[in-house]
Amino acid sequence: MASYNTSEFKSGLKFIMDGDPYTIVENEFVKPGKGQAFSRVKIRNLKTGRVIDKTWKSGDSVEAADVMEVDMEYLYEDGEFWHFMEPTSFDQYAADENAVADVRLWLKPQEKYVVTLWNGAPLSISPPNFIELEITDCDPGVKGDTAQGATKPATVDTGAQIKVPLFVEEGEIVKIDTRTGEYISRA
Amino acid sequence: MNIFRVPDWKPNTDHQVRKQRAQMLHDIRAFFYERDVLEVETPALSQAANTDPYIESFQTNDNACPRFLHTSPEYPMKRLLASGSGDIYQIAKVWRQAELGANHNPEFSLLEWYRVGFSYQQLIQEVDLLLSSLLSKIIHKPSLIVSYQQLFLEKLNINPHTINHAKLMACVHTSISGFDLDYLNDLSIQDLLDLLLTHCIEPDFKTDKLTFVIDYPVTQSALAMIGKSKFDKDLSSNNQNIAMRFEVYFGDLELGNGYQELIDYDGNCQVLKSENKIRDNVRQKTQQLNKQTEIKTVPEDTLFLEAIKNGLPECAGVAIGLDRVLMAITGKDNIKQVINFPWDKA
Repeated sequence: MASYNTSEFKSGLKFIMDGDPYTIVENEFVKPGKGQAFSRVKIRNLKTGRVIDKTWKSGDSVEAADVMEVDMEYLYEDGEFWHFMEPTSFDQYAADENAVADVRLWLKPQEKYVVTLWNGAPLSISPPNFIELEITDCDPGVKGDTAQGATKPATVDTGAQIKVPLFVEEGEIVKIDTRTGEYISRA
Repeated sequence: MNIFRVPDWKPNTDHQVRKQRAQMLHDIRAFFYERDVLEVETPALSQAANTDPYIESFQTNDNACPRFLHTSPEYPMKRLLASGSGDIYQIAKVWRQAELGANHNPEFSLLEWYRVGFSYQQLIQEVDLLLSSLLSKIIHKPSLIVSYQQLFLEKLNINPHTINHAKLMACVHTSISGFDLDYLNDLSIQDLLDLLLTHCIEPDFKTDKLTFVIDYPVTQSALAMIGKSKFDKDLSSNNQNIAMRFEVYFGDLELGNGYQELIDYDGNCQVLKSENKIRDNVRQKTQQLNKQTEIKTVPEDTLFLEAIKNGLPECAGVAIGLDRVLMAITGKDNIKQVINFPWDKA
């Protein structure tokens, strides 16, 4: 099994610890004048997204993880799996509920997503920062009401609940920031 | 679109930083000229290597008679002292494998000097004088002097000289996140103390002052004399042996490392032998775990030991990392910003 020595540590490096895949967010080399050197790192668990601090003695090594990030198109859901396709090879990948957990409410067919593959299987999915979705349910619009900041709840075609300005109508396409879930504009 | 990355040939420094380096070197030379300390040169490529188990020398690829790039000019400078040179200093490029980070470049500039007849307390005064003049625009006087024990007592309520492995492990486990006990169990007392020092204690050092940490545990004596503290009443009243050593920091940036030099011949031989023994143990232990390791025993400097046998005068010596001093002078927070062509561009 391939491994990485602490001297190869850099941000973005993917490795396995306690059975989970991790990526290095930040690596700091610390060494007292006469003494043991350490790598003090912030690492992100690629399954849970949790960032933790970890320190290794220089010379220690970690097991390399076969993790890649690939751009893919979302196809459909079959009740158990969510299916993605790599658009140049047409290879299809089935993501389970855990992998899509964070992105489930932003999944729109034909949209591009970044799929993180671990040992060839989808581990997590990141949506594009902005996505255009259709309003499927909201109270009727109030003509001429442009009061700053006044909003009403609305549901979009992926099932996500968002807040939109009062003038937005059912059936309209709106642009949403997936990082905050906030309405940006009419599309 | 150009798909080839153009190699970045340009220096990392601006002209101002280069001028500040030249000024620093000039000021250092003037400082020692005034005090009648002689500038010397010694070889960078030697037949012997530094035995310190925590420092790795670069080695040439001639396997029959390899040479090692020096990690500090300590051994040959002590040979000069033994030959009667009197007070000497050197500004040298030195090399240490795998030391790369925001405060480390594997090739760096070191200022090392030795004062015959000085105690390490006297040398601390001289280091303070030199650094205070180089950093006069940045630091606030007076500088702080604190014993290693005081730091650990005040911050963590443990005595670093007497604490046992189990208690020290528990202290690291509660003070620093991300360790399981199995991992800590394999670390030595010194490793654990180093973890606490770098993770919990150094970050609290006053950012605008020089801090001198003195009187280290005897396990960290290296080539320093072992004796009783004259500084910390707590230590001397307990009749605690200490390593007569100091380190100087600007904020949490370590700048240098000084010793009351060990002059006893048997003592010096023992240090080199035991350091090589540690290297051998680490190698065997790592191989038993089926892991790769670079560490191995290295040729001890027999010329150095012969000189000590002949008689090293009582002296104190110190080594200062000049790139770090320049970081302090210029206010840069990464060593790459003060070296024209750092490791990845060299």
